[in-house]
Amino acid sequence: MAVALLATGTACGSDGQGSSGSEEAKTLTVYAAASLTSSFEKIGKRFEADHDGVQVKFSFGGSSDLVAQLQQGAPADVFASADTKNMDKATADDLVEGDPVDFATNTLEIAVPPDNPAGVASLDDLAKPDTKTVMCAAEVPCGAAAQDVEKAAGIDIEPVSEEQSVTDVLNKVTTGEADAGLVYVTDVQAAGDKVRGIEFPESSSAVNTYPIGALAGSENKELAREFVGLVTGDAGQQILADAGFAKP
Amino acid sequence: MAATSRDVGLPTWVFAPAAAGAVFIVLPLAAILTRVEWTDFFGLITSESSIDALQLSLRTSSISTALCVLFGVPMAMVLARTRFRGQQLMRSLVLLPLVLPPVVGGIALLYTFGRRGLLGHTFEVLGIQVAFSTTAVVLAQTFVALPFLVVSLEGALRTAGGRYEAVASTLGARPTTVFRRVTLPLVLPGLASGAVLAFARALGEFGATITFAGSLQGVTRTLPLEIYLQRESDADAAVALSLLLVVVAILVIGLARVRGTT
Repeated sequence: MAVALLATGTACGSDGQGSSGSEEAKTLTVYAAASLTSSFEKIGKRFEADHDGVQVKFSFGGSSDLVAQLQQGAPADVFASADTKNMDKATADDLVEGDPVDFATNTLEIAVPPDNPAGVASLDDLAKPDTKTVMCAAEVPCGAAAQDVEKAAGIDIEPVSEEQSVTDVLNKVTTGEADAGLVYVTDVQAAGDKVRGIEFPESSSAVNTYPIGALAGSENKELAREFVGLVTGDAGQQILADAGFAKP
Repeated sequence: MAATSRDVGLPTWVFAPAAAGAVFIVLPLAAILTRVEWTDFFGLITSESSIDALQLSLRTSSISTALCVLFGVPMAMVLARTRFRGQQLMRSLVLLPLVLPPVVGGIALLYTFGRRGLLGHTFEVLGIQVAFSTTAVVLAQTFVALPFLVVSLEGALRTAGGRYEAVASTLGARPTTVFRRVTLPLVLPGLASGAVLAFARALGEFGATITFAGSLQGVTRTLPLEIYLQRESDADAAVALSLLLVVVAILVIGLARVRGTT
């Protein structure tokens, strides 16, 4: 039944890629953390170009949501998490084939509106009472990272809002509602000229490591392994570096 | 309402889909009950963050409902009792938040009342800070709840008709007296149910709030936002708070019923 589903899935694919027909059409489903969206879409295009008749489909979301779906039996071939904690949950449930590989790291950066209305220059400035700082709530990974950074710097930031996700934080900065936000380096990069990034030395105390693994339930184990290979190989690493990710 | 003396009876085929529909609504609520960790339940719903969220929700929803009545009653009267060019268009526009995804409402509010929005500068000059304040929560709730009050009150006004008002007027009552002594008592049940709908909608408001107001304990993090956040780290707490919100909603509806029948 899965084969039939996959076949129709490919047949319905709307983008007019030249059909090769030589190989049987296959779909590779990749579950990846939301922060990987633009990089993985590029890597996916590359993979499709290298593999005739293979279509890569992504499900991007919060890593904890993705793991929960995998635990409920969602059919997928590859899982890339934004932190080791959620990958550990997947390995603990024997969902991953072999050992996951760390393929990227991400650190926090201060994002301010282009005109920097509060004149933020360092992490200390975020703790000033008249700076409207927004960060993630401690319950989500980016908020936990922000707390680590605060602890390392020995300061106590009192944010005007503790957002649900890093996208919400970035949004409050791009719209000019907040004077500053703590987001990931890659978010600043992706936002282009809508925000200005300010690096700070304490960011090294909260480094997020991204692991990837082929999944045990995959029906295309060979392809899944090749996809992981592309991400960890030179081509994939270059795309990730362009997005602002660092090497593990 | 229950004026039909003879029971006409319903076609038998309506009962099966009616029962299926009822089950469809009630079953998920029952499913919440099965997932509640009863041993920790009271600890979870009486934690500091939960109490803050509940209090904030009740407070902001009450203020929003009051604002809805303040603006919604005149709006409904104008829509139901007057004729003017572009009235249909006006009605459609005013009811728009009913069909708009709340997140769109949040974005619209942001570009109106935000620091860099249409009115943001004016507010800043006046010394009013809307961004990340409880005021922002009330604005978001009022925006999404107001049409509920307007639409149900306008319906009540149309059903009541203008005969009694016309009689009162010919007897020499001034428009304000007619409104106070005739119109208002006549549509009071409609107004009450409209206000309950508005309160319930404000209580459940999520999308516009998280987009526009932010999320901070005791200031902007209402119960729905708290539930969504707890879901990330503590599923048991999220379920317990969900049940709490269901109970509050049932109490509100029940209270309105009791008020309405007496």
